[in-house]
Amino acid sequence: MITAGIDMGSRSIKVVLLEEIKVDGAPQLKYAVKKAHVMLPGEMDADEAAEKAYDEALKAAGVTRDDIKAVFVTGAGRSQVKFATEGVTEMTAGARGANYMFPQVRTVVDVGAEEGRGVKVDADGKAIDFAGNEKCAAGAGSFAEAMSRALQMSLKEFGEASLRSDKTIPMNAQCTVFAESEVVSLIHASTPSQDIAKAVLDAVASRICAMVRRVGIEESVALIGGMAHSVGFVASLKKALDVQDVLLPEMPESISALGCALIAAERQQ
Amino acid sequence: MIANYGYKDGSGEYYISIDTDNCIDCAAGRACLTACPKEMFEIITDDYDDEVACVKKNFTRTLAFDCADCKPAGGYTTLPCISACTPGAIKHSW
Amino acid sequence: MSAELAMPAAEEKKEFWRWQENTWIEEGMDWRDAKVITCGIDVGSVSSQAVIVCDGVLYGYNSMRTGNNSPDSATNALKGILDKSGMKLEDIHYVVGTGYGRVNVPFAHKAVTEIACHARGANYMGGSKVRTILDMGGQDCKAIHCDERGKVTNFLMNDKCAAGTGRGMEVIADLMQIPIANLGPRSFDVETEPEAVSSICVVFAKSEALGLLKAGYTKNMVIAAYCQAMAERVVSLLERIGVEEGFFITGGIAKNPGVVKRIERLLGIQAVETKIDSQIAGALGAALFGYTLMQKQAAKG
Repeated sequence: MITAGIDMGSRSIKVVLLEEIKVDGAPQLKYAVKKAHVMLPGEMDADEAAEKAYDEALKAAGVTRDDIKAVFVTGAGRSQVKFATEGVTEMTAGARGANYMFPQVRTVVDVGAEEGRGVKVDADGKAIDFAGNEKCAAGAGSFAEAMSRALQMSLKEFGEASLRSDKTIPMNAQCTVFAESEVVSLIHASTPSQDIAKAVLDAVASRICAMVRRVGIEESVALIGGMAHSVGFVASLKKALDVQDVLLPEMPESISALGCALIAAERQQ
Repeated sequence: MIANYGYKDGSGEYYISIDTDNCIDCAAGRACLTACPKEMFEIITDDYDDEVACVKKNFTRTLAFDCADCKPAGGYTTLPCISACTPGAIKHSW
Repeated sequence: MSAELAMPAAEEKKEFWRWQENTWIEEGMDWRDAKVITCGIDVGSVSSQAVIVCDGVLYGYNSMRTGNNSPDSATNALKGILDKSGMKLEDIHYVVGTGYGRVNVPFAHKAVTEIACHARGANYMGGSKVRTILDMGGQDCKAIHCDERGKVTNFLMNDKCAAGTGRGMEVIADLMQIPIANLGPRSFDVETEPEAVSSICVVFAKSEALGLLKAGYTKNMVIAAYCQAMAERVVSLLERIGVEEGFFITGGIAKNPGVVKRIERLLGIQAVETKIDSQIAGALGAALFGYTLMQKQAAKG
């Protein structure tokens, strides 16, 4: 049996195709990722983009729509996906996906392009509580992205640069729009770019941390969403949360889509 | 004068308001200064030469986070600053 | 995001957000006749103003963009008005600094918060009937309630979030590639009034605006939707302090009818009109504060 999970994020669309497998001697392993696919919708409409991303994933996996038992969808734009069997919330999907990767996880931090949230997870991968902010860009990846653009760096380079800094410059601005001017004045003041990068990532981490604290920080902590690719952000977050370790899954941006596909598979049983 | 310190952003409205008429000649011995675990209050001479409490500038943009520890989620049923201010000058909007 | 979108390129393109700088003096007055000359300097995050008041009456002002540091901005703002009037710094009896850079005005005798100054300035510009003042500055938004003497009775200031500030307007001017002064008139050039942009956050409103253009909205409709959102936002701030007749708008946004008319529509109240440039309210209030202080000193002997 193959199921699909689609995460309609604000920046990119993630598709995960999941296949039921049988591994002798490892009965706990019931599924395997057949294909994970990420697409940037660009100028396309959400529903059109979802169709395209889905078809691309199917093609890459060498299967057709008829082979898919169920398609579950999550993310901010989930209502736009007409061919989906069912929708699940981002909290539910993220919690389930993170739990599949790391069964010991109790706190899931999900930082995407436009949203950041903390989710409390039980041993079965169910979301018990969450705190999030989807109405202010300051606590999400787009904040860091806007600032990295001011420094003419990719988000990845930005994160790497921040690791080279041992300075702590507090950012006064809480708002992305104002922070941009603050970063420009830091650049004018010849502040080394790694110090600016660290200041920005520390600021995002502290905001995310304040949010996660509302649900309580219980170890183990996992970070999912696109910002998990930024090594600097991971370091800043670890420090802000004051935890031993932050677990990082492979393909962190696709964990919610994976969770979706898992829930779809489990509902078919 | 009612002085509102704080902000409203996409996530909500967060103001600590201080009724300065009840704050001048404080009857509680400026208890707010020590009641707040983050020491967010300070005494200033305002533009009309009155000595009144205000929320320190470095907290006014982050109240939602700064006050979180004192809110019900932090285990409190009443806010320390409001309980300490017996003249009733301090209010939270959220 | 590609490197083409990086910031330095933005400096070379046309600056749609840039507004006019200006200097004005009352030609019918001679400052040499004045007994007391006071000056107010408002160093804001985006613009700086210097206002000269002769015996409690507005004489002249200069308004310009704030430079890299507050002391220079204050000096330059003052220089503009001194040059135009032939006055020297020594001719001024008292200088009051206000605005976000108020503590860094080098020649100021005193600093007063912009809240108190805006209330005082609005009281002068709009008269003693003014009760509710909205100041939409470059990087903050203030809602003030005052009494008949221009003394503040209730206020709030939002400088945490760019929504509802001049900066938020500049972002949309840049996005639409339309000079900021044209946004207001264009926002009324629509067949039907669209719904307000739903995002409060400027960053999200920007993506939403792009989405609306993609969905077939004209630029004017997007501007209208954005102006409406801005109006709704500031009205929600005003409601916190209580809105009364005698409504006065100061700051740069007062020049944008697209926002002002929509605020008036939402409140059901017309803003008090004034011939004086609304951007100088803070500096004017500061100069008037200085005048009152001089009078108090004189009374004491």
